[in-house]
Amino acid sequence: MIRQYYPILIESLQVILVLLGGPLLVGWVRMLKCWTQGRRSAGLLQPMRDVTKLFVKETVLAENASWIFRSTPYIVFGATLMAGAIIPVVSADLPLAATADIIALVAIFALARFFTALAGLDTGTAFGGMGTSREMMVSSLAEPAVLMSVFTVSLVSHSTSLSHMVHELTTVSFVLRPSLAFALLAFILIAIAETGRIPVDNPSTHLELTMIHEAMLLEYSGRHLALIEWASMMKLFLFASLGIALFLPWGIAGIDDPGMLPVALVALAVKLALTGVFIVLVETGLSKMRIFRVAEFLGMAFLLASLGMLSYFILE
Amino acid sequence: MSLSLAAQINSVLAALILLTSFALLVQRRVQGLLHIFAWQGLLLSISTAVVGYSAGLHHLYISALLTLTLKVFALPYILYVLIHKLKIHKEVEEVVNIPTTMIIGIALVIFSYDLTSPIRELSTLVTRSTLAVALSTVMLGLLMMITRKKALTQIVGFLSLENGLFFAATSATYGMPLVVELGVALDILIAAFIFGIFFFQIRTTFDSLDLKEMEKLKEDE
Amino acid sequence: MPSPFELVSASIIVFLCISLVSALFANRQSILVKLSSALSAAACLVAASGGFLSVLAGSTEAMVLPIGLPDMPFYMRLDPLAGFFVSIVGLLGFFVSVYSIGYLKGFLGRRSVTPLLVFYNIFMAGMLLVLVSDDAYFFMIAWELMAVSSFFLVFFEDEKVQNRRAAFIYILIAHIGAVLILLSFGIMAGFAAGFESFNGYTFSAMRSANMPAVWASIAFLLAFAGFAAKAGVIPLHVWLPEAHPAAPSNVSALMSGVMLKTAIYGIIRVGFDMMGTPQWWWGGLVLVLGLFSAVLGILYALMQSDIKKLLAYSSVENIGIILIAVGLSMMFAYLKLNTLAALAMVAAFYHMLNHAVFKGLLFMGAGAILHATHERSMEALGGLIGKMKWTAPLFLAGCLSASALPPFNGFVSEWLIFQSFLLTPALPGRLINLLIPLGAAALALTAALGARGFVKVFGITFLGKWRGRQGALVTEVDWPMRAGMLMAALSCLLLGIFPNLVIGWLDAVPASVVGGGIGETAKASGWLWLTPVAAERASYSAPLVFFWMVLVVGALYLIFRARGGTVRRAPAWDCGFEKMTSRMQYTATSMSMPTRRIFGFAFSIKEAVTVIGRGGSAIFPEKFLYRLKVRDHIWNFGYKPVSVASFWLARKVGRLQHGRIQIYLLYSFITLVVLLVFA
Repeated sequence: MIRQYYPILIESLQVILVLLGGPLLVGWVRMLKCWTQGRRSAGLLQPMRDVTKLFVKETVLAENASWIFRSTPYIVFGATLMAGAIIPVVSADLPLAATADIIALVAIFALARFFTALAGLDTGTAFGGMGTSREMMVSSLAEPAVLMSVFTVSLVSHSTSLSHMVHELTTVSFVLRPSLAFALLAFILIAIAETGRIPVDNPSTHLELTMIHEAMLLEYSGRHLALIEWASMMKLFLFASLGIALFLPWGIAGIDDPGMLPVALVALAVKLALTGVFIVLVETGLSKMRIFRVAEFLGMAFLLASLGMLSYFILE
Repeated sequence: MSLSLAAQINSVLAALILLTSFALLVQRRVQGLLHIFAWQGLLLSISTAVVGYSAGLHHLYISALLTLTLKVFALPYILYVLIHKLKIHKEVEEVVNIPTTMIIGIALVIFSYDLTSPIRELSTLVTRSTLAVALSTVMLGLLMMITRKKALTQIVGFLSLENGLFFAATSATYGMPLVVELGVALDILIAAFIFGIFFFQIRTTFDSLDLKEMEKLKEDE
Repeated sequence: MPSPFELVSASIIVFLCISLVSALFANRQSILVKLSSALSAAACLVAASGGFLSVLAGSTEAMVLPIGLPDMPFYMRLDPLAGFFVSIVGLLGFFVSVYSIGYLKGFLGRRSVTPLLVFYNIFMAGMLLVLVSDDAYFFMIAWELMAVSSFFLVFFEDEKVQNRRAAFIYILIAHIGAVLILLSFGIMAGFAAGFESFNGYTFSAMRSANMPAVWASIAFLLAFAGFAAKAGVIPLHVWLPEAHPAAPSNVSALMSGVMLKTAIYGIIRVGFDMMGTPQWWWGGLVLVLGLFSAVLGILYALMQSDIKKLLAYSSVENIGIILIAVGLSMMFAYLKLNTLAALAMVAAFYHMLNHAVFKGLLFMGAGAILHATHERSMEALGGLIGKMKWTAPLFLAGCLSASALPPFNGFVSEWLIFQSFLLTPALPGRLINLLIPLGAAALALTAALGARGFVKVFGITFLGKWRGRQGALVTEVDWPMRAGMLMAALSCLLLGIFPNLVIGWLDAVPASVVGGGIGETAKASGWLWLTPVAAERASYSAPLVFFWMVLVVGALYLIFRARGGTVRRAPAWDCGFEKMTSRMQYTATSMSMPTRRIFGFAFSIKEAVTVIGRGGSAIFPEKFLYRLKVRDHIWNFGYKPVSVASFWLARKVGRLQHGRIQIYLLYSFITLVVLLVFA
């Protein structure tokens, strides 16, 4: 009985995990940040409270906002949740994981960004256009680097299907692989850029000249803003768990192994908590870069990813 | 320590040495350059020790120790003192911009890989696959000497080139004879001193360490 | 039930008849537009169904027409390879012909549309004849028919200097290409039946020719260069961004969507079919040139602010992507990895089909914008989404496809190409292994830059506020135009959602070219899942992605609907700045500024800001003039020296001309004497 519904159960568990995990991770990061800066924190649940509050607030639309602007939050949320249903977070045995492999996953994130960028232009304001132009610059450089980085992993695991990659990496005996180390470094740099964290972008700024991602969202309010904020929290969670699944998959429950699930959940929590610590250390230690330094930063990520691929062929 | 684990560790170290070579290329600050160079020396010394352990060749320990003292402490210190004495400008000045240098660098790595692949087929040592990295380190050192303006960056490029040669020696033939190695170490030390003296000379003559000034030395037709 | 070949031949005849009729009834313009375009649409449908059936059945039919020179009859043949291209030509031709019913009305009263209609149909017939011809002689005639008729179509609006210039550059490069192709055929025919005989001119003779490797390579290189000139491969692309914008939009759609594909057809026909097995370095060459075209094409596209020019450069990019897949397929075929060769080949064919549909759609959309606003520069457009309620979403579908975003069609083919790239470790030779993933990175860069470009096209043109003349009256285009675009947009979506059906259909083509197929493995896990190699290797389910998006978006919408949240309209906030005007928006030029800075080395950029102040001083500025000129290096380094040299030569030769009849007679006399002495 339970075996029959196991795929559905695990998929629902995953989606719920992604929906709740995003705000929790962001809450954790903010909490840590407060502590490092000697402030009192608002607690782990504050991002969730923010989102629920936004849902009940009135939604104000700019005068000439079109249907693109109105539908973007839904599309962004849908695409992010789609990605959430695909990335193996706690178990490699994920029925929907086959819907899209890693290349399609990158493209699904790109779809969300495409619409966000259009929404930035839709209201016809100066800042919206600025945000769009910058965001597309960052993403157009980050996307090839992210693909290069994950290609290295898929060369190692002979697959681009996510759950198969996790399966392959967890079952094969451990080997020190410089290629994966490079790919991980590159992935971290890109994840920082893609999720709009310091030093590439600052998610908490509304200072006109420094913002990238936020500039596109300036005109959003109410439930539209809630959906977008929620989606971006999930995106942070998903990039963290994608990194975990590709580079530190140990602990993720294997195929046909439901007994491992509690362990997998604990392992995930620990890994994400450490990721949060890492993010805070980076964000406290560094300041935001000049916009055209970002190109070099991403160039570095690309270099690292290429070195990873080269060292796969040269050294392994 | 099993042989394959040693080989794995060695290839990780090789990868890191390659990374430091690239880091030297992208670094913009002179001080940072010295730090990275010291790191490269440290990695090299560890790698030598690992190779020495796994192959049971104890003279490599001495090489490792020599590398450690010379390249991790002595040379960076001398250069550090030089920077302070000469009040060298903090930024590295490049002839070719950094992204282009990186692309050329990647091309050089591929080239050295292609060049060393016949040797890989012949050699039976566990460390043979790192030969390509060693050759790339040499190439990248040369690239750095070509594409940077200041004399100091040229020294660092030269020293990193020497690191590459040393690495090639350990990975291809388990190191040079100790006598040769001692001689080379001494050479480098003396070279560093001579460079130091030259720096002072260059600067008193031209009031600058920019190598462009040296173009003035050629005779006019 | 007529056979596929009969259907295609019938459509060719119909096209030629329509052309004749259009020439005869030139004085009934408004009826002629409707009648001729509708007939063309019908003929296109017939041709498309012929091609479709031919691929479906995997059949080959041949025929010999007893016309042409004595002892040199025309050979015709329709195999699955040709059938695939015929169906693309027919499909896009159908959409565009329906669209033309509305679009050509815009010319009524301004100029006679007769030449357009006449050459439009000859052009269609020419393309189909290129595809079905089976001998070098007939092929060259059809090729010229296609080139010359499209030349006149580019020349149609000849009052503008740049249109005339574009047409001349186009015909020049087309003819250089044609000469190269002819030389290649000459070599192949020579080896087929000896250099003294004409019998080698049929393709079947060339197929059985036994050529030494060096000559085969020379013949391939000549043919490749010739076809590359037609396809707009960098560095032979200069005519493309001039000619495509100059032509009327329905013609640009066809030129970009399908005419470029006939050149790819030529490359595949010569490289795979007539030469037997390709050499591996041919594949490498095609791959490298493809990569260059893809990356540089999209970079140049990003710099444009003319919407049609941007789309034209994007065609260069897409041709590059197709060539990448063709090149990979050649390498795999050389190594006898038939399944992998088939995978790359299917990716190439799928992308050709996709590009035909979405680029056709985008050019039709650009035509609709042009029709409604009489403006091609994005700097003077904006906010059209409110006024063109149909064109906007249809154009958006095209943009999403062109940016390779799921669930639209462009993504499926790029995904297949990525899969072929990731399978290259199966190749022997470690250096190739190492280099090819870098090619995958370049393709990824292309895709990402493509998305950037199409955000710019759609965002600047349709979103924001109107940037153009005050009080300009913009209305939505009429029904036939909408119908043409709607069908193309729907095809984009359907081709994206049901890739398995399409791959199952076109599997006969790689089977006939490289002797392998992926139809079985692709559908091994059911219709829902696309698994080109094996399920554990990679899988993609477009229907699930689509239905998931519909489900989540729909559910969220319904939840908010049920809760009855209020929406209030207010002026844009914009960080509290007031009195925003439409001139404060980002423009096409400012949108692409970051790319211009980062990839500046790929262009020659001239930028100048002039400050005009009160009383001529710059201290109290009143007006800023910003001038930007972006050119590709290839023009400066490759073409400018040639054009300067030929002008120089022409001036020297021109000295021979004095205009005095006696001197000309003297020339003739000297020639005569010389000939008599040496004869």
